[in-house]
Amino acid sequence: MRILLVDDSSTMRRIQKNQLTALGLKDIIEAEDGKQAQEKLKAGMPVDVVLLDWNMPEMDGMAFLKIVRADATYNDVKIIMCTSESEKAKVLECLKAGANDYMVKPFTPESLQKKLGI
Amino acid sequence: MDVAYVNPFIQSTINTFKTMIDLDVKPGKPALSREGEHTYDVSGIIGLSGKAQGSIALSFPKSMALKIVSKMLEQQVKVIGPELTDGIGELTNIVAGSAKAELSPIVKDTLSISLPNVVVGKNHSVTRPSGLPGIVVPFSSSIGDFAVEIALKTG
Ligand SMILES: [Mg+2]
Repeated sequence: MRILLVDDSSTMRRIQKNQLTALGLKDIIEAEDGKQAQEKLKAGMPVDVVLLDWNMPEMDGMAFLKIVRADATYNDVKIIMCTSESEKAKVLECLKAGANDYMVKPFTPESLQKKLGI
Repeated sequence: MDVAYVNPFIQSTINTFKTMIDLDVKPGKPALSREGEHTYDVSGIIGLSGKAQGSIALSFPKSMALKIVSKMLEQQVKVIGPELTDGIGELTNIVAGSAKAELSPIVKDTLSISLPNVVVGKNHSVTRPSGLPGIVVPFSSSIGDFAVEIALKTG
């Protein structure tokens, strides 16, 4: 399973990377914002799951989500929002835009494991 | 400033420290604060906008900030640098985000938060919209004391 971590915080990317590695997942690529993530997808990197932050400079998670979901090439890519945004309206907005799942920061390694279905 | 606005920040601070770095933090008595009064060496600041506007700042002594980020990264961070500021910024983002979720129903609006800013230096002052009263909540923990300052107005 290849995972694309998208978060402007290098600390958060490291935390998630540590959690994923502990779960035996080692195929991880990283992006600092939506724009960089888009470039990595465009470059043809096959990705199974995107863990996507919302609040980021350049291109935020919602903008990235909408772009990806408008392109049928990426239909099989599972997108899980990982964000500190947790109001019901925000969650619904993401699910409506095509996110497969939603995790609220701070989350535990156990909940990440559950969301990944492993 | 309505005291009801302070509780969500106290709760989210306790919850965030527990989940992120397994640290119990204990809130003291909230008090009014003047601008720049209750700062330590490293402060993470986030703006809030919508029907409640203002800012929240988490301010730490240097030694505590280093310990927090070391724990987050599972790696020793010994100096003030990009790793430290990023870690404190993200911690502030998480505290502000989860407090905001509690606050939004109180002010009947979906509030927005800014990207975090981190200020470093002894006796730095955390600026906030002028004339806005702030409430500071002192916290204690086994690795040091810190402060959470909330300055909000509604409408
Ligand atoms: Mg972010």
